[in-house]
Amino acid sequence: MPSVALLSQSVLSGVFLGALYGLLGLGLSLSWGLLRQINLAHFALAFLGAYLCYQLSAKGGMNPLATLAVIVPAFFVLGAAMQWVFARFRVSAFNSLLVTFGLTVIIESVIQGIWTADFRRLDSVYGDAKFKIGILYVPVPELITLGLSLALAFAIWAILRYTDMGRALRATAEDGPIAAAFGVNQKALGLLLAGTCAALAGVAGVCIALSYTLAPAQIYAWIGVVFATVMLGGLGRALGPIVAGIVIGVSESLTMAITSPAWAPLVSFSLLILVLLLRPGKI
Amino acid sequence: MRNVVAAILLAGGALALLPLVGLPLFYESFLYLVFHWIVLATSWNILSGYSGYFSFGHGAFFGAGMYTTAVLATRYDIPFLLTLPAAALVALLLGVALGAVVFRVKRVRGELFALATLAFTFVVGTIVLNTPIDGGPGIALSGVAVPALGRSAASSFYLLALALGVGTLIIAYAVYGSKLGTGLFAIHDDEDVAEVLGVPTFRYKMAAFAISCALAGVAGGLHALFVSYVTVSETFSITVPLSVVLMSVLGGTRHWAGPAVGAALITGLLYAFTAGDHALAGKVVFGVVLIVVILFMPDGVLGRFTARRQRHRRIPKITLAEESLSALPRMPRAATGEPLLVARGVRKAFRGVQALDGVDLEVRRGEILGLIGPNGSGKSTFINLVSGHYRSDAGTLLFESRDIARRDAHLIARAGIARTYQIPRPFAHMSVQDNIALPAMFGAAALDRSPALSEARRWLAFTGLSTQVDAFPEDLNLHQRKFLELARALASRPRLLLLDEVLSGLTPGEINDAVDLIRAIRDDGATIVFVEHVMRAVMALSDRLVVLDHGIVIAEGNVTTVMDHPDVVTAFLGRACA
Repeated sequence: MPSVALLSQSVLSGVFLGALYGLLGLGLSLSWGLLRQINLAHFALAFLGAYLCYQLSAKGGMNPLATLAVIVPAFFVLGAAMQWVFARFRVSAFNSLLVTFGLTVIIESVIQGIWTADFRRLDSVYGDAKFKIGILYVPVPELITLGLSLALAFAIWAILRYTDMGRALRATAEDGPIAAAFGVNQKALGLLLAGTCAALAGVAGVCIALSYTLAPAQIYAWIGVVFATVMLGGLGRALGPIVAGIVIGVSESLTMAITSPAWAPLVSFSLLILVLLLRPGKI
Repeated sequence: MRNVVAAILLAGGALALLPLVGLPLFYESFLYLVFHWIVLATSWNILSGYSGYFSFGHGAFFGAGMYTTAVLATRYDIPFLLTLPAAALVALLLGVALGAVVFRVKRVRGELFALATLAFTFVVGTIVLNTPIDGGPGIALSGVAVPALGRSAASSFYLLALALGVGTLIIAYAVYGSKLGTGLFAIHDDEDVAEVLGVPTFRYKMAAFAISCALAGVAGGLHALFVSYVTVSETFSITVPLSVVLMSVLGGTRHWAGPAVGAALITGLLYAFTAGDHALAGKVVFGVVLIVVILFMPDGVLGRFTARRQRHRRIPKITLAEESLSALPRMPRAATGEPLLVARGVRKAFRGVQALDGVDLEVRRGEILGLIGPNGSGKSTFINLVSGHYRSDAGTLLFESRDIARRDAHLIARAGIARTYQIPRPFAHMSVQDNIALPAMFGAAALDRSPALSEARRWLAFTGLSTQVDAFPEDLNLHQRKFLELARALASRPRLLLLDEVLSGLTPGEINDAVDLIRAIRDDGATIVFVEHVMRAVMALSDRLVVLDHGIVIAEGNVTTVMDHPDVVTAFLGRACA
């Protein structure tokens, strides 16, 4: 049995990893639950964001967090433009999977064309910065990710729950035509929401750039576990993905610490299957 | 049927001659990949496309086949071709084990099923990776002999994949046209209704899953030798499920050949655009083609074709003279009086709301029993219990002296009970005729497909829908949908017919027509339980009345005595204020 220090350190790194799962899952969950789109391109967008952050800070000398000021609005416009096409052609849920896969391939090629297929690593001011609390080491980039995830999840939760716009969004998700009959402007809400989801992908991208090595093929590495996070957390919910992400992240890193890293997926996915079978209504 | 199978065999035979022409080896490898994906996509479609259970777990079964062949051929020196049946069997058993659990949980449909199967893939992959099956480094098959079928290894692989592809397409086509296929398409549209109309949904899903997994397993076994080096990360990834979904949707999931078309297109496109000097630009073009095709052909390449094919099957128009009650098929007349259905102490609660609180009633053979009561009194719940849509908490339901209270809905349908839904629930993607043929195939009558189709036409004539044979439910108005619902219940030739508010929403003229129809149905031997709020029709039709209020029977007997019963007056009109 590993030491207490190792176990608590792995719980902490699980929380950090889970926060990134949750942040990636947040945008995916919102567009899936509220717009009925399964947006595979979310992962490609996140990596595009990561590469932009890398470019702007490693080559352009910007602070990595300051790149958010460029990335967020740009991605918002990109997301809204995509939604305009989706709405125009009335793309169904499973067809959205195909269209966004096509988009993923295109974005992957663009990334590869500009930054090549080699690994890229952002050496930023945060880089390897970490500090110690008691027996735990806290890496700064991961802490930033956790902070951003929690802040965004709570902000979106509050918007969905307490504002008229949030109520209109939830009503539209439940029954679009009825909501429209009561004066909800579906089209505008769709553009806004899709823009927000893309912007979230951009934020997740900056977080990825802060902590991870980048390569175009990495786009596909996250899909399985983030999908699991989204389903476990519930479609169209704001806090669900973060909680589910942290549950999965912690269970993964604990398994890594206790057994071997290779067993990690077993725990999280078995957990998921059990939840699906035993409490399908709660998802 | 024969023609299509012959055409598939002929095409396969012609393609088998290709290596003789002396193609460069490279093309044979490319063609191998085309057929590899045709097998995977088509096998996926047999469960997922037909029944709508989109599986993201195809990689698990493909991988199970790969590792079965790899282990048997390298560690036990079993000849390669003999490992393929084992690969199919292992994949099949894995699928059956997963299905036996997942298909029992009613809510695991749609996205949840997709997720459960995806998670299953990673679980299987992790187990393979961490146990001696693989153990980490992967398995190399370089020492395994390739069966010498062609002039080179590449030709042999091509011929094997071609044979498997031909077999898979014939199986997919056979399922498509069979009773199994019809049942799967019904499950796709509305699984609960399919079950109530007599489709053994659990068994059908298991059968389709087993076929689908076994084929994926063989494809995996073959591919293991083709790539000659098997690793977990390449095998149990998202690539296989994602690719087969893409190919099937691109080609059209509602057609047996759709996935094959999609597989050929995507494999060909990927090759055409990514081989050569401009691989990156080619990938972009691939993405653009995929997007454009889906935006402009949302039902897939063969989507249009399926819709047109269904509309094509025009049958001679039936003249108005034929559209009369004389079209009614004869049913054996039964003596009235003896009990057909006996309910004793039937109870059902929904989260604390006691919908039925110990109902005792009797339906006698040959009668029309009116079941009335205020809203929420439990009438529809009673129908839902008798038809097996819900299961009762307690009590017995004896139909022809056998207890049906705990039986699966499809067995109840087969025993001779049919129902209509208050809000019509037609199968949206089936023509009106197919909607009605389905219960004729799966209900008490249990006909084959072509007699079921002519049976359907007779019931269409009976309900006056003959001009709508080829229409789809969305083209019908409410009155026509109600009559479609009625025709669908009748086509199973039930001995007990449960009508749940068939008249609500109809105009007075339409109600008169319906009353005549119902009387004609009874005159031909069916026993009818009739839930209705239109009192005029209740009074005109019912031989006896049963009144429910708050889940219990408050009055029972002939029409006039029941309507004068003080409790009944109170239940409907409230207590007199004096």
